[in-house]
Amino acid sequence: MSVTQLGMPSLGVPRKGFFTDTSLCIGCKACEVACKEWNSVPADTSLELTGESFDNTSALGANTWRHVAFIEKQVPAEDPSAHDGVKWLMSSDVCKHCTHAACLDVCPTGALFRTEHGTVVVQQDICNGCGYCVSACPYGVIDQRKGDGRVFKCTMCYDRLEAGEEPACAKACPTKSIQYGELDELRERADARLAELHERGEEGAQLYGRDPDNGVGGDGAFFLLLDEPETYGLPPDPVVTTRDLPAMWKRAAGAAAGLLAGAALAFWGAKK
Amino acid sequence: MASPLQWPVLRQFLEHDPTGRHHAAKSRATEEHRARIETADRVVHSVCPFCAVGCAQRVYVKDEKVIQIEGNPDSPISRGRLCPKGSASLQLTTGDSREKYVLYRRPHGTDWERLDLETAMDMVARRIVDTRRDTWEWDIDGVRTRRTLGIASLGGATLDNEENYLIKKLFTSLGIVQVENQARVCHSSTVSGLGTSFGRGGSTTYLQDLQRADCILIQGSNFAEAHPVGFQWVMEAKERGAKIIHVDPRFSRTSALADTFVPIRAGTDIAFLGGLINWVIGHDAYFREYVLNYTNAATILREDFQDTEDLDGLFSGFDPKKQSYDSETWQYRGGYAAASSGERDSHLQESGSTLGGASHPQSHGSGGPGVHGTWERDETLQDPHCVFQVLKRHYARYTPEMVERVCGVPQALFAEVAEALTQNSGRERTTAFAYAVGWTQHTTGTQYIRTASVLQLLLGNIGRPGGGIMALRGHASIQGSSDIPTLYDLLPGYLPSPHAEHHLDLDTYIEADSAKGGFWANMRAYTISLLKAWWGDAATAENDFCFDYLPRITGSHSTYDTVNAQLEGTCKGYFLMGENPAVGSANAHLQRAGMAKLDWLVVRDFSLIESATWWKDGPEIATGELRTEDIPTEVFFFPAAAHTEKAGSFTNTNRLLQWRDQAVEPEADRRSDLWFVWHLGNRVRKILAESQDLADRPVLDLTWDYPTIGTQDEPDAEAVFAEINGKAADGSPLSAYTELKDDGSTSCGCWIYCGCQADGVNQAARRKPHTEQTVSSREWGWAWPANRRALYNRASADPEGRPWSERKKLVWWDEEEGKWTGDDVPDFEPTKPPSYRPDEDARGAAALAGTDPFIMQADGKGWLYAPAGLVDGPMPTHYEPQESPFENALYGQDRNPARKLLPREGNRYHPSGKQRGADTYPYVLTTYRLTEHFTAGAMTRWLPYLAELQPESFCEVSPQLAAERGLTHRGWATLVSARGAIEARVIVTDRMKPLSVHGRIVHQIGMPYHWGPNGLSRGDAMNELSSISMDPNVHIQEVKALTVDIRPGRRPRGADLVSFVEEYRRRAGIDEHTGMEGITA
Amino acid sequence: MSPRRERREDFTSYYGRPILKEPTWEALDIAGYIFAGGLAGASSILAAGAQHSGRPGLERTAKLTALTAISASVVALVHDLGRPERFVNMLRVAKPTSPMSVGSWILSAYGPLAGASAAANVLGIFPRAGKAAGIGAGITGSAVATYTAVLIADTAVPTWHDAHSRLPFVFASSAAASAGGVAAALAPRAESGPARRMAVVGAAVETALSVAMERSGHLSAETFHQGRAGKLLQLSKACTVGGAVGLALGGRSSRLVSALGGIAVAAGSALLRFGVFEAGRASTRDPKYVVVPQRERLDAGRPASWQPGTGAGKRVAVEAGGGEATGTTTAPSTAGEARTV
Ligand SMILES: Nc1nc2c(c(=O)[nH]1)N[C@H]1C(S)=C(S)[C@@H](COP(=O)(O)OP(=O)(O)OC[C@H]3O[C@@H](n4cnc5c(=O)[nH]c(N)nc54)[C@H](O)[C@@H]3O)O[C@H]1N2
Ligand SMILES: Nc1nc2c(c(=O)[nH]1)N[C@H]1C(S)=C(S)[C@@H](COP(=O)(O)OP(=O)(O)OC[C@H]3O[C@@H](n4cnc5c(=O)[nH]c(N)nc54)[C@H](O)[C@@H]3O)O[C@H]1N2
Ligand code: SF4
Ligand code: SF4
Ligand code: SF4
Ligand code: SF4
Ligand code: SF4
Ligand SMILES: [Mo]
Repeated sequence: MSVTQLGMPSLGVPRKGFFTDTSLCIGCKACEVACKEWNSVPADTSLELTGESFDNTSALGANTWRHVAFIEKQVPAEDPSAHDGVKWLMSSDVCKHCTHAACLDVCPTGALFRTEHGTVVVQQDICNGCGYCVSACPYGVIDQRKGDGRVFKCTMCYDRLEAGEEPACAKACPTKSIQYGELDELRERADARLAELHERGEEGAQLYGRDPDNGVGGDGAFFLLLDEPETYGLPPDPVVTTRDLPAMWKRAAGAAAGLLAGAALAFWGAKK
Repeated sequence: MASPLQWPVLRQFLEHDPTGRHHAAKSRATEEHRARIETADRVVHSVCPFCAVGCAQRVYVKDEKVIQIEGNPDSPISRGRLCPKGSASLQLTTGDSREKYVLYRRPHGTDWERLDLETAMDMVARRIVDTRRDTWEWDIDGVRTRRTLGIASLGGATLDNEENYLIKKLFTSLGIVQVENQARVCHSSTVSGLGTSFGRGGSTTYLQDLQRADCILIQGSNFAEAHPVGFQWVMEAKERGAKIIHVDPRFSRTSALADTFVPIRAGTDIAFLGGLINWVIGHDAYFREYVLNYTNAATILREDFQDTEDLDGLFSGFDPKKQSYDSETWQYRGGYAAASSGERDSHLQESGSTLGGASHPQSHGSGGPGVHGTWERDETLQDPHCVFQVLKRHYARYTPEMVERVCGVPQALFAEVAEALTQNSGRERTTAFAYAVGWTQHTTGTQYIRTASVLQLLLGNIGRPGGGIMALRGHASIQGSSDIPTLYDLLPGYLPSPHAEHHLDLDTYIEADSAKGGFWANMRAYTISLLKAWWGDAATAENDFCFDYLPRITGSHSTYDTVNAQLEGTCKGYFLMGENPAVGSANAHLQRAGMAKLDWLVVRDFSLIESATWWKDGPEIATGELRTEDIPTEVFFFPAAAHTEKAGSFTNTNRLLQWRDQAVEPEADRRSDLWFVWHLGNRVRKILAESQDLADRPVLDLTWDYPTIGTQDEPDAEAVFAEINGKAADGSPLSAYTELKDDGSTSCGCWIYCGCQADGVNQAARRKPHTEQTVSSREWGWAWPANRRALYNRASADPEGRPWSERKKLVWWDEEEGKWTGDDVPDFEPTKPPSYRPDEDARGAAALAGTDPFIMQADGKGWLYAPAGLVDGPMPTHYEPQESPFENALYGQDRNPARKLLPREGNRYHPSGKQRGADTYPYVLTTYRLTEHFTAGAMTRWLPYLAELQPESFCEVSPQLAAERGLTHRGWATLVSARGAIEARVIVTDRMKPLSVHGRIVHQIGMPYHWGPNGLSRGDAMNELSSISMDPNVHIQEVKALTVDIRPGRRPRGADLVSFVEEYRRRAGIDEHTGMEGITA
Repeated sequence: MSPRRERREDFTSYYGRPILKEPTWEALDIAGYIFAGGLAGASSILAAGAQHSGRPGLERTAKLTALTAISASVVALVHDLGRPERFVNMLRVAKPTSPMSVGSWILSAYGPLAGASAAANVLGIFPRAGKAAGIGAGITGSAVATYTAVLIADTAVPTWHDAHSRLPFVFASSAAASAGGVAAALAPRAESGPARRMAVVGAAVETALSVAMERSGHLSAETFHQGRAGKLLQLSKACTVGGAVGLALGGRSSRLVSALGGIAVAAGSALLRFGVFEAGRASTRDPKYVVVPQRERLDAGRPASWQPGTGAGKRVAVEAGGGEATGTTTAPSTAGEARTV
């Protein structure tokens, strides 16, 4: 059923993306703030310490489109990246701008659409807050804003890209942990970087979401992680739910047919 | 939907988007939306107002409103990046946390009232005139002082150079000497430490140069958190294979990125660095040719000099009665040091001040201490009295075992650091050091910096690419507020403030301080040009160029002395212009207690900071120690203009001046500090216009005409900038300080800044993109001195003037051209050949040889040993902090014998080491910063975007300490010292490690100091715990290592809090003598 | 304890925080909507049968039930929107990839048909057109009753997605049961034989299939047995089975039994939807339902692929190909050693 599985449209311009190299992240959260400033995203007002290392925004959500995770890990002293048995991992997470984006697939209003840069964007003038995309996203990225009703997530700064500027978070990032650019080129860069880190003995280094054959057809925003994805709160092997949609439609058709047939049987030979 | 054809369902089919997931789904609004940076009316160049990295910003303006602020990619320092604070500067400047109107609290009033700006300005001008008249002091015991101690001001590091300049100029002309800013509490020990070592008190290198390092030792700095955008250069170096080492009491975000993390007990760095010095000498790993030629290693010392080795922790010359040294015996053999106020006891010290002499050592910020005479050298370095041998003996006991015992650093880890440093130094490789206030804020702060200087000189890393000592300064323009100092002990360009006893007239002033050799010999020209800038035509050769107009200091008038003076009732009026001592200064309680004694207080800030509201809702009101109705202080609050609302220059940590343009005019009552000071000056001058009182001459004769711009009578900052740069007799701009004359024909507001407006061009506003320049990017802004980026860069070449190696070449002698050349402005006389040797009687620069790279030093050498300039010893020595769980393992002398204390009620000290009661406060507390907040918090705690990132005050403890004290993660803890008790959330983390010191376990507690009770993100101020105990050279407070107790749960409320703290003091047996060993009150 | 259970104890997560977002949907709105949609759709089918076989009482009851149910379901659906006033945007695009879009179009076909046939029947006007609309409603009703399974299965919610192959049948049978049950309760006893049969057979199939679904072997299926969902589903089965037995044994003879049995079956059907809904919600709250199966997949060298017909759902071997292509993403795994939350 090719019509439900159409991947990327042919874009006018090379597909854009993010390569977030967490081995360069200093956990400064400039990305979080720059994003909020640019997009006028409301701040969290609860102002309570989570106690989860230096992470007080906890997760991606309607009001946090970039989120920096902090993981304090006890590691064996031999680990080359450990100090005194402690390793502090920091990683800035964001919408993956999936090649096969479940959120976009399921959106009934067309509020979500694929831009000419290959990114996935919610149009706030269209979204009716049905919430379908929220349940569809295998990464738990997009979410509904309380009191507003609509859903929000990273737009990869669509308006900035249109203006020929890089996204606000990537621009701010002091150490270029967030790298923005043409996806193909970023993938090459990431491969080289991974090889380099492996050479340096960073055994745990791995690319996440880079592979165009993975469950979502490759992430438009992919990562270099120093540990397993789930350590960072990422699903280790997500799948776009609409992969199975053709099968589901078939089953549903079968069920509908069964229902009609069953009903017909109920009347069959019934006495008046 | 306008036309039915626009119905996306149709467009799906008509526009080949069958699944409706692409362009067909695009809405009209999406189609029409434009990025607001695209539609802005104009883009204005600016600089981030937070820290001293000085990231360049672009400010987008539409309809006279700032609509976006982001990084400028052209900047060679920041390359367009901004940390979370810089990224939040739109919220800082346009958010609703800023006050709009003048507020007034009448004496004994219980609430704020509104006052219009004009009335408020008039009232403040009146207060100045009256208080000044009431407290005027012509002399003490017949010695001229010409001043008032009735008024003080604090703040400047957040302000522009031009603002600092006008504050200093106006207040000095009014005879106000107690003018201080953050530089005192932040990096004053840097100025004395680097100044006495190399001749200038600024960072020897610049951030971008770090990328060329082969190894970077970060110690006493939380680089990645406190200078996040600058840290990109560390990451660049790391990516090129450099080894990054972080030595710190706790594992921070900087440690996480380092290759090696070394946990250390707070307050013991001299032992650690001393151990490295010992290692380097012991392993013959020093850079011999460099050491021999460029340092004073070969210089012979007097035979009667006695070391701490001989006197169990004291140097010769200590007078236990005065608790100070006579540095006579520390001299070079055959040399003598210029007498200077700080090193001598003065009988003119005000009664009541126990703090001792003025802080003279800061005056080495641009020009090392004056030494005179002729001295000998032993080129073999074998003479037992040569500096090298003395140094070797001095550090011999700093063995790896001793380092482990004192610092808690395992020997293997220590060896790893030592090897990394030595392997990455020498001809082919360089190591850079980076530090900040983890080193400066100690009772031995100056000596911390000195130890690093000695080590870097031995390794041959100063003046070389990828080497040097990166002093990471704090605020956006704290370097500027040190250079154009709103500091009591300095005049612009590190000229010392005249001292009542020693500086009777211009000649004695110059005589006392100028040196024979080096550029400091031209001090007369610098001083007279300054006096001409201030008093113009009124300053003539006949009247000593109005030298007599300068008020005199008589001891220390540092910010902590001012607090004392407030408590004593001497100081009655106080300006806070961009500083928040009720949170940021040591012993916050005393700060407020002092303010509660004032007649009037003027606060200029963005929001209602704790220093503005203490009379209403401060901790003392809650405990009942103060009652609002009883407080007589009249308080004026003026809302300040933001960095986008005024033009001016900041000087960043690279010593780089960067100009900001004004984006929009401030709203409502908000005004720039430049506006405030100038209009205040105008009003005061108007009130005094008819005065015949000679005391009023200086302010009436002041050059005070500045053109105004805009609709608010804003004085033109460019005009002030031009005055700072200096003018020739015909009014044309000067281009270099070498053009300054001592005959009164030139004027210059700050000699080291001379050239910032060369050719009439605002050099600080140059913004040639770094992509079109080399690493030094000399056409971006302007660095003092003379636009040099790396200081002492002559040392990057060997004595013959050739690069030490191809890999590390920077500046070298071009034989053919007959001049020095390379990728920087040579820090040397441009055409003086390496072969030059001075005559016996040569003076000034001519007295230095072609092989003397440290041109601001009297002998042209880097000082391994400081024969003059410091009051607590010629070589750094480890002493325990004022409050410590341990005795000094190295000597019988536990603490810095010359340290300065303020023994008074409310500032009691803890017992230490084996003293009775020391175990009442058994834990070491150290304080620091977080990326997400800024200093005392007013610029971040009020901003929703930053507040949410670090929402509550906390302290960090190890799981072991948590277990020992029953502390729970995220629960509350109460921390107690003899000064106060506070509560904070507990973070239990493996990043805090108990250390084994002196064979027993010591726990350290870490605590950020950003919080206070006002704003969105709140907490008790950490400085309720700290005491005022200071480095004797510059009077910086020790807030990096203190002792406390910690217990689970929230602190008592109300009066119970006072008795709780008292009970602790009682248990520890604390009285006015505790912690005062060797010091008489 | 099964081996799987043991593994679940030591999976890694980020402070135990959920990976997925919990559905924004309100149970009353969405589970209610699914139930009401099923009831409406199946009722229309029943009505079509009644109309065809000349059972006017049953016909009217079923048509009115369908209209009421579909109206209620649309109200619930609109009510659940974050921006209800933008309901019309549902028809802005037609997206085969979006079950909700497809559903909206189905509803917009079905709703008017169901409404027209009911109106014609009650008001007694346009009888021919009314009958035609009744047939149309019956046919589209089958879609209304089943697409909702796809609606919730086509999400990342582990419990729902893992059940995607069974859920349409569960919902279809449950819809039949509920429609039959309601009609059995409300329609004249003489005409309601087919309704009872539909209820009884529907209930039997529903029970069998949901039991199968709840024992599918997917880790997420445990949410069907736990907490609120477990209670709802147990209650559902009690109602369904009890009501069906009642209907089968006494529905024909007793008005009361027919009414009670019919309502019980319908209630069981409703509870089933609420149970399934709650189970799905629970599966998003605990990261293990995401991490464990995906980690197992990776550890087995069978990473998912976006191509249909591969990956976990079908367990088609992709080892060689997939493994090769994803070499970079799957550095040697050390799962289990990492921190446990
Ligand atoms: N985000 C942010 N940036 C800032 C500021 C801010 O408040 N927030 N403030 C600015 C200002 S004013 C300044 S001065 C600079 C300061 O910059 P830093 O000096 O880097 O700031 P701190 O975090 O106070 O202290 C540095 C480190 O010293 C460590 N330390 C404490 N005691 C000792 C000790 O005895 N020995 C050693 N080796 N280390 C010790 C602390 O654990 C801390 O990691 O930052 C500037 N930049
Ligand atoms: N325990 C402990 N104490 C410390 C330190 C520590 O590490 N530990 N560090 C010390 C150091 S290094 C420093 S520098 C100090 C800092 O301490 P403070 O200087 O007292 O702290 P800030 O919050 O930076 O105060 C600067 C104020 O200037 C205001 N401001 C900003 N721009 C302008 C302007 O243009 N005009 C005016 N009028 N106001 C403006 C800000 O809103 C802010 O309130 O704290 C010191 N205290
Ligand atoms: S990560 Fe989630 S929200 Fe982002 S594109 Fe993929 S499915 Fe959509
Ligand atoms: S909530 Fe908005 S964006 Fe998400 S699926 Fe519904 S209409 Fe589309
Ligand atoms: S790309 Fe733009 S919208 Fe997305 S996280 Fe970065 S700043 Fe935010
Ligand atoms: S801005 Fe860059 S370095 Fe800072 S937290 Fe985000 S990704 Fe990490
Ligand atoms: S606070 Fe410092 S590092 Fe951060 S943006 Fe401003 S100047 Fe740059
Ligand atoms: Mo500072």
